[in-house]
Amino acid sequence: MPLRDLADAALAQAKSLGAQHADFRAERIRGQHIGLSDGHPQTASDADDTGLAVRVIVDGTWGFASAVDLTTDAAALAARQAIEVAKVAAAMNTEPIELAPEPAYGDVTWVSAYEIDPFTVSVADKVALLAQWSNILLAHPAVSHVDASLQQVRECKFYSDGATTATQQRVRLQPALTAVAISDDGMFDTMRTLAPPVGRGYEFLTSTRLRDGTGWDFEAELAELPDLLAAKLQAPTVEPGHYDLVIDPSNLWLAIHESIGHATELDRALGYEAAYAGTSFATLDKLGSLRYGSGVMHVTGDRTTEHALATIGYDDEGVAGQSWDLITDGILSGYQLDRRMALLKGFGRSNGCAFSDGPGHMPLQRMANVSLQPAPGGPSTEDLIAGVNNGIYILGDKSWSIDMQRYNFQFTGQRFVKIKNGRLAGQLRDVAYQATTTDFWGSMEAVGGPQTYVLGGAFNCGKGQPGQVAPVSHGCPAVLMRGVRILNTA
Amino acid sequence: MTTASGYSVQETVERALAAARSDDCVVIAVETSSANLRWAGNTLTTNGVSASRQLTVIAINRHGHGPKDASAGVVSRAGVRPDQIEDVVRQAERAAAEATPAEDADELAGPEQPGSFGMGNKETGGIAGRDQAGSFGLGNKETGGIAGRDQAGSFGMKNRDEPGWDSPPGRTEIGVLRDFAATLGETLRAAQAAGRKLYGFAEHELTSTFLGTSSGVRQRHDQPTGRVELNAKSADLERSAWAGEATRDFTDVDVAGLAAGLAERLDWAKRTISLPAGRYETLLPPTAVSDLLTYLYWSAGAKEAAEGRTVFSKPGGGTRIGERLSAQPVTLSSDPRATGLACAPFVIAHASGPDSSVFDNGLPLSATSWISEGSLAALISSRHSAEVAGLPVTPAIDNLTFATSAAAPPALEDMIASTGRALLLTCLWYIREVDPQTLLLTGLTRDGVYLVEDGEVVGAVNNFRFNESPVGMLGRLLEVGATVPTLPREWGDYFNRAAMPPVRVEGFNMSSVSQAS
Repeated sequence: MPLRDLADAALAQAKSLGAQHADFRAERIRGQHIGLSDGHPQTASDADDTGLAVRVIVDGTWGFASAVDLTTDAAALAARQAIEVAKVAAAMNTEPIELAPEPAYGDVTWVSAYEIDPFTVSVADKVALLAQWSNILLAHPAVSHVDASLQQVRECKFYSDGATTATQQRVRLQPALTAVAISDDGMFDTMRTLAPPVGRGYEFLTSTRLRDGTGWDFEAELAELPDLLAAKLQAPTVEPGHYDLVIDPSNLWLAIHESIGHATELDRALGYEAAYAGTSFATLDKLGSLRYGSGVMHVTGDRTTEHALATIGYDDEGVAGQSWDLITDGILSGYQLDRRMALLKGFGRSNGCAFSDGPGHMPLQRMANVSLQPAPGGPSTEDLIAGVNNGIYILGDKSWSIDMQRYNFQFTGQRFVKIKNGRLAGQLRDVAYQATTTDFWGSMEAVGGPQTYVLGGAFNCGKGQPGQVAPVSHGCPAVLMRGVRILNTA
Repeated sequence: MTTASGYSVQETVERALAAARSDDCVVIAVETSSANLRWAGNTLTTNGVSASRQLTVIAINRHGHGPKDASAGVVSRAGVRPDQIEDVVRQAERAAAEATPAEDADELAGPEQPGSFGMGNKETGGIAGRDQAGSFGLGNKETGGIAGRDQAGSFGMKNRDEPGWDSPPGRTEIGVLRDFAATLGETLRAAQAAGRKLYGFAEHELTSTFLGTSSGVRQRHDQPTGRVELNAKSADLERSAWAGEATRDFTDVDVAGLAAGLAERLDWAKRTISLPAGRYETLLPPTAVSDLLTYLYWSAGAKEAAEGRTVFSKPGGGTRIGERLSAQPVTLSSDPRATGLACAPFVIAHASGPDSSVFDNGLPLSATSWISEGSLAALISSRHSAEVAGLPVTPAIDNLTFATSAAAPPALEDMIASTGRALLLTCLWYIREVDPQTLLLTGLTRDGVYLVEDGEVVGAVNNFRFNESPVGMLGRLLEVGATVPTLPREWGDYFNRAAMPPVRVEGFNMSSVSQAS
């Protein structure tokens, strides 16, 4: 059944029942997760989520319904259900819904940049690769256990609102290996690979040098990880206090995600997430005036960066992908928008941040790729470390938590290396850094150059009720922060 | 009832089993329907109804050296049409053929297990309740929109309320929220007139799971899951209060009552008191207790404990089973038949994991005490991980109760009245693990921290970031109140069925002040 026929049936039904706006999505999201414990398969699941969704505006009120069967009857029924939902919900609605205009793009297609669809590779080959990598770690006497996992997603979306009909496909994967060391006295610790999730195909796992000149050398990382873990287990516990920090992109991406990415979502700033994910200290009245951080801070939002996880041709409201500034020279200069909020608050046009994680959910304003820009010609990581007398170099993300207005946060990491007189001086244990967002970014003395820039990210950013997950990337250079509070977590 | 694709869900299970060429096969068919409303700033924001249908086929190849020598392949697909059933089975069989032997391989549960419909086999399927098909129309005020709740029959060990194998899957729809929406609309307008803003979410979901195996199991479970969350804020957004309830059918939700309780809490907050970080005697309400103990429960896996990787590992080897964690006579337990918290009484495993196994599908679940009278009594396990850890088989169960056996435990109001000086929390938020060795967690207080002095709430305190271990907290319980149903604020998306008491904790560690309000 051509998806266009389903869209036509749904949109015609909605219009005939009085909808002022209607849009239709059909999606198939294939996911596969493989997990190994100590080199042996422990988990293997291969699932998909297929269905259609109809969203309407009736007399200024949203209505949404989804169905699993891809038939014209199911599409028309979903349209009728969406109308009924709007009528039930009208009793609660006091703000008429209107959408910012967006050009009509006609029939368009978009496919993300990848070479090998991971679903064309056999599970046996993937298990063999993860087992091989696990065994590299297990061969070291310090390693007691190894967990290995590989998540892969192929997301196919069809969208139509009558003016734009977009057919899109993208692929992403996330590999991770974690080594566990246990000492004779029962102490244990872990260390995970720093390889990021990527909007690439299986080639990311098998080639250390990709066509664009980038790539991840897994075997090199795995070769050094056991010794690093052994040293971590023997490392002295940190003395709490305030330290200068050099933060690697493998850790900093998460601080960006939590303290900038979510804080510059306009739906949060307006209170739409107040009862759940929370609001934002970066309220709309502060646009153009809030000093978010130091003058070296330039943060962008985009849905266009190649291989980034939030990149897409057209969002779930038919808005074309864009890039824009969120923080310019340390000052709040933009938000992430969808079509409703863009019109409501006078932005004119949405910047394309509507996303639904599947056919069963209504699109929300979700996070774009939010990235801290490097300094052209800026310093290397070694240069940044050289500028610290008493500090800590932090690599890899681990625990994270931030309050509901994005003020107070606490992060840990995979590795913490003491910096003494500009040189690395061995690992530390039990480190967490805790700060208030604007204090933290205000303490950023320097950002590294493009040579330090890495695209990190997550598969599973959570938001909304019903809960939805979204993939998102965050690029950043290494940075130097002055005087950040360090806790001892032991 | 048949689906839009022409087959009933039971026929889908039987046809998949009939198509199987592997030595053994497990088929899980899940039909889910849901309806939701969301509001913010006294007006609707999003809403929706959705339906999904998922078929999972687990193909098992036996290799001839006993029940523990087998490989499994798992494939799940949504919206499977009749002509696609065999293809899904073949995909699972290909996955099994590619797979290396499974560590958790075992015999499948048989139809004689308590709770199964029994007597079924690959050819005939289950026979119980074949004529139990009923009317599954749209919901109304009486039924709460949960179709099939009155389809009680005599199905062996099944609960009387549970529909039979052959009954159509239950469904919910937007009608279950119709009366709620009308009352909520009035409540929102009243809040607007009173200068308060209300935010929140209401959702009802009904999941019907049908499990069939080549060993003759035919099990079915209908799970209603509902919740309402209400957050009230002052007009300047400086004061905030929250309340939440789990519900199975929305007939027991009093949204106006919830709003009135929140208005009282906003009044408490008209006087504000700044307190620094530090350790405080703290009264945790049931929702906050549920969030901390749910995390403890999720961390109580047998396999990793036996491997020396969790807070429940004994230094030098083994687990801490039998070790006293609290001086209070408290019990943390799960029971699939707990009143008001009922959940699936048999194992449903779509994939294997450290402490779950696809080979365990259909195993009966019975009441399990994880902590008994203050001592660690059991860890979550599959048959495989139980064997590895040398422990009894105690699979995960989808509810959790924490209670004291002390006589006449007090209500939260009584605990407040008997307080000299302590913090009273509303709920916790953004809880994350910091150190698995101690199960140290961090997170925030949210939507109301109050100072209690001489038996009365004297004002609202700033929010805090906490760093606490729920295991360590058990050792510092000063008082445990009466257990009541509650909704975990943080984990309610995934874990909805809990009954918890309020507790008084000595020296709860508030590690820094949060500016959030």
